[in-house]
Amino acid sequence: MKRVFVNEEWCLGCHLCEYNCAFANSGMTDMVKALKGKKIYPKIHVNGDDKINFAVSCRHCEDPLCVKACIAGALNIKDGRVCIDKTRCVGCYSCIMVCPYGSLSVSENGTASKCELCLENACGEPACVKGCPNRAIVYEER
Amino acid sequence: MKQYVIVGNSIAATGCIEGIRKVDKDTTITVISGEKHPAYCRPLISYYLQGNTNLEKISYRRDTFYSDNGCEVIYGETVDRISPDEHKAYLSNGQEISYDRLLVATGSSAFVPHFEGIETVEQKFSFMTLDDTLGLEKALCETSRVLIVGAGLIGLKCAEGILEKVGKITVCDLANNVLSSILDNDTAPIVQAHLEENGVEFLMGDSVKSFHGNTATMQSGKQVEFDILVTAVGVRPNTSLVADMGGEVNRGIVVNTKMQTSISDIFAAGDCSEGYDLSIDKNRVLALLPNAYMGGYTAGVNMAGGDNEFDDAIPMNSIGFMGLHIMTAGNYVTEEDGGTVIVKKTSDTTKKFFVKENELKGYIIVGNILGGGIYTSLIREKTPLDTLDFDLITENASAFAFSSQKRRLMFGGVV
Repeated sequence: MKRVFVNEEWCLGCHLCEYNCAFANSGMTDMVKALKGKKIYPKIHVNGDDKINFAVSCRHCEDPLCVKACIAGALNIKDGRVCIDKTRCVGCYSCIMVCPYGSLSVSENGTASKCELCLENACGEPACVKGCPNRAIVYEER
Repeated sequence: MKQYVIVGNSIAATGCIEGIRKVDKDTTITVISGEKHPAYCRPLISYYLQGNTNLEKISYRRDTFYSDNGCEVIYGETVDRISPDEHKAYLSNGQEISYDRLLVATGSSAFVPHFEGIETVEQKFSFMTLDDTLGLEKALCETSRVLIVGAGLIGLKCAEGILEKVGKITVCDLANNVLSSILDNDTAPIVQAHLEENGVEFLMGDSVKSFHGNTATMQSGKQVEFDILVTAVGVRPNTSLVADMGGEVNRGIVVNTKMQTSISDIFAAGDCSEGYDLSIDKNRVLALLPNAYMGGYTAGVNMAGGDNEFDDAIPMNSIGFMGLHIMTAGNYVTEEDGGTVIVKKTSDTTKKFFVKENELKGYIIVGNILGGGIYTSLIREKTPLDTLDFDLITENASAFAFSSQKRRLMFGGVV
């Protein structure tokens, strides 16, 4: 299965992945309308300081703890991808409590939020990777 | 042909079914469900009252889960006894079921202590099951005065669930701190103050001496008038099936890291069991949903002939009340135990870290819980703290505090 992998030595810390993620998941067709003047809730987050940066998003683990810990049956595995049914999530953040990677975040309405590799939105492949100017994140089989 | 029997039908049972099916795709699994519902998300009963879930979404798995997994579910029946010699379970309706491997996943029951005059209280509830919840929902109205005995996770979640539906909520507890099982003297007052701001009244360090109809007289002499009583004092593991067979039982049914009881071919998992707790290096009852699933899953794999261990269980809770979030895990070693306690405070967050022998043993976060799982994994993996920048990670839960080598493993490979 293809996943998103990080090459941190190439990461510029530009945060473009966060904007591309928020846009791809907005359901809108105009990036300016989708993002301008709004607080964004991306599913990928650049960590680091002024020297080292790396983008953190769901690792789509082979044996995901988040799915086992979910108290609402909201997290599930679809063909190896860890997905969330936001209509079931009650925002207890048990998934955040068990994820060793710090990959999950919180959405605007308080539910947990996570990368689903853009396979179900208009982008069709990870928008973060598509827009990365320096191949600091890649989408491939390893 | 092998026969699997699961006594109980909640989270551990579901984990067991999924564990069995990892190894054995075919053999029928018989599930005996005391409650007349498919497995549901037990901790969601308060969210149901709040209107954040409904009777359809509260199901733990999709509608076709049992048929997809070759399970036959017997609803509304319990197991009276198990004969390990005959390898048979005897049901309350007289039915006998043979097993090759059996899981006891009987959960826990609300413990209701005896209070003088409790029989004079007309409207009284526990808050453990969906049926309790539906009963409570029916009894409530917008002017109801509700007395909740117990300021633990169940009592306070109940308070949150009904807050918008009732006139007044009073919570009392013998302990001085709310959530005394997961918070300490520094953090409990933050949560109590937040609940008070939202309209919940507390009588802490006080318990009910007696009831007389709609009046509770407290040990302190105070009187509380109420319409509805909820008792949420504690829970007791349901261990009698295994105790009656002569199996090893302490507070819970004793299991090893393969989730086997002391009786061959009988496994146990979930709230009824007492398994290995890595944070104290001893067995302990850890009645928590993630552990119920994981223990059930391990039992299932082993029942089907696979090999799996559940050896990294720790206490852990992630829970919110009226917008304030709490995340806790592990063991709160004190300075008397030879530990070090590190406190980090910002305007909206208090974090406490409990460190001993170069390892993180436990933590409490009240406020911003993002990335908390990084701390949990430091406990579960017993990561030596001198391999990372611990001061940095206490400020900011990020893999930035790890070595670049470790990060390459975390984010550069399949995990």
